[in-house]
Amino acid sequence: MNIARSHVLISIDAGTIMAGARGVQAELVEEIKKKGLSGEVAVLETGNLGVTGMGVVLVVYPEGFYYGNVTKEDIPEFVEEQLLKGRLVKRLLLTQAPKRFIIRREKMGLTKEQPRIVLKNCGFINPESIEEYIAAGGYEAASKALTAMTPEEVIGEVKRSALAGRGGAAFPTAAKWEFARKAPGEEKFIICNADEGEPGTFKDRLILEGDPHKLLEGMLIAGYAVGASKGFIYIRGEYALSIERTEKAIADARSYGLLGNTIFDKPFGFDIEVMKGAGAYVCGEETALIESLEGHRGHPRNKPPYPVVSGLWGKPTVVNNVETLANIAEIVRNGANWFKQYGTPKCAGTKVYTILGHVATPGLIETEMGTTLRDIIYDYGGGIGDGKQFKGALVGGAAGAFLGPDMLDVQMDFVNLKEYAAALGSGAILVMNQDTSMVDMLKSVLHFFKHESCGHCAPCRLGTARLVEIVDRIADSEAKADDVDRLLAIASVMKDTSFCPLGQSLYLPVSSCLKYFREEIAGS
Amino acid sequence: MDREAIVKGFEPQLHNILYILHELQDNNPRHFVAKEDIEACADYLKVPYSYVHGVATFYTMFSLTPRGRHIIRLCDSPPCHLMGSTTVLDYLRQKLGIDVGETTPDGAFTLELASCLGICGVAPAIMINDEMFGKLTPDRVDGILEERRKGV
Repeated sequence: MNIARSHVLISIDAGTIMAGARGVQAELVEEIKKKGLSGEVAVLETGNLGVTGMGVVLVVYPEGFYYGNVTKEDIPEFVEEQLLKGRLVKRLLLTQAPKRFIIRREKMGLTKEQPRIVLKNCGFINPESIEEYIAAGGYEAASKALTAMTPEEVIGEVKRSALAGRGGAAFPTAAKWEFARKAPGEEKFIICNADEGEPGTFKDRLILEGDPHKLLEGMLIAGYAVGASKGFIYIRGEYALSIERTEKAIADARSYGLLGNTIFDKPFGFDIEVMKGAGAYVCGEETALIESLEGHRGHPRNKPPYPVVSGLWGKPTVVNNVETLANIAEIVRNGANWFKQYGTPKCAGTKVYTILGHVATPGLIETEMGTTLRDIIYDYGGGIGDGKQFKGALVGGAAGAFLGPDMLDVQMDFVNLKEYAAALGSGAILVMNQDTSMVDMLKSVLHFFKHESCGHCAPCRLGTARLVEIVDRIADSEAKADDVDRLLAIASVMKDTSFCPLGQSLYLPVSSCLKYFREEIAGS
Repeated sequence: MDREAIVKGFEPQLHNILYILHELQDNNPRHFVAKEDIEACADYLKVPYSYVHGVATFYTMFSLTPRGRHIIRLCDSPPCHLMGSTTVLDYLRQKLGIDVGETTPDGAFTLELASCLGICGVAPAIMINDEMFGKLTPDRVDGILEERRKGV
């Protein structure tokens, strides 16, 4: 086996492909060959390196130098200087390297770095290689669960970990599994919700693109725990690369006997299929997703019965988010106690966020539950760009909450934010600087909801239309006297009477925006 | 490829309907789901025409009207909005001389709005057919349109 002295990892994800990563990669390999370095330097593909918006990103090991905005034209210089002579190419160097670890605030203001959980392999291994995943400890947890634990023990471990659903609703994962396990019926299903449509959220995409086997392993363990033999991953139609990599991962897992009729010589079989969506935000709601999977319009269903009792084709079905399932292997492998050392007493583990908007370094991060907005923006996001001031943030996507400056030091987790009438939601953090018009932002949120309302129930269909009319009047400085109160009144009725979470959740952005920025909105 | 062959590429089960519609639309030279496509799908799955029509009109990725060679989908969700998608939209409207939902007379471009494309790190963003473009400015838009026009 040839051992390289230097490794160049190139991030191949949707964002970097857009910036020409495949061309840069080809040029790099070619140039290395030309310089006679083929035996010494290895070029490896990996998933997102935690940086977005910086063009093609490379990292050179063992030094750990990050390079951004690399073009084909830069390659001869990069190879000559960095790889041949060992000198930095300063103009391409990312001075603010992304955090590839979790920062913990210790006593006395000290910080400590911890390895990541969900994103452990993202940006380290080649997502298209099952061998690399296995070498990094992959499928160890599945083997432990299937050969040394009963399904009840697996559920017990997940229950002790207190893992809560990461899609936004924070429902205890083990409880869902237990309901489905106990529900009568021979045939049961595991569905992974990868219909990521919440504006500003692209964590699931980067998990699928960066470490698809992590998800498959989580689903396999879930299937064993619940007693399901079939899993579906419902991926947005727009996520072409996610679909491609997940399908490859499934094929590889099948050929290794990690999916199929018998796994680890156990009388347990499990297989996974990818389903491709076609563009409908409401399908992120679990019952609408099931309707869509069955081949119908994606209208939400009445609850109860809940999917754990009667889901896909009327069978007991667990629907979990990508990030939730990506936690499972690590929990089973390392145990619940290990998992609980992360996060807060009420909310264990980590959260993957996408941080974007007016920050210096937008990207994909993973932090402990309970990390404050201030730490996220300033430690991980590089602060507000262009020397501007923080004005507010929209946390949790369009269905999330606006937060003002006095929320910067609140510990963020699912439980704590609820006490402040906010929500963590999907984990999108859209940061806004002093120049942002909050009327314009609220208008954008309401227009989004009007477009995405599926039309199934009147409160949501009509409510979103009225809200848009009102906010447009406000934006055009033609507001009537009580328009601001009317916004809140309509959103409140929608919260109480809408059929599904889409219409109900709109109250949160409207009420929180008015809570922090009422004067600005009323005054325009 | 004719419609019969396309639909037969899938098992005649209802849950394959989105795949079948995607495939029919991708193979239609005008990039839309035509009346004949709906008929072929309905016959194959043994469901009424109205049922397939209902499904096709529910999802934004399907169009029931003919579209241009290049379908521009501009994201106007809050993150892109914050980073200036309105400027890009106005520029595209003016440059192409069409409004949202319309196609240029030469059949080259169709302009559509899309919800979050999931590449918010490079907002404002558009998707043209299967390709994504981010960090858009009027200058960059000019370059991208020019390349596309030449490409076909």
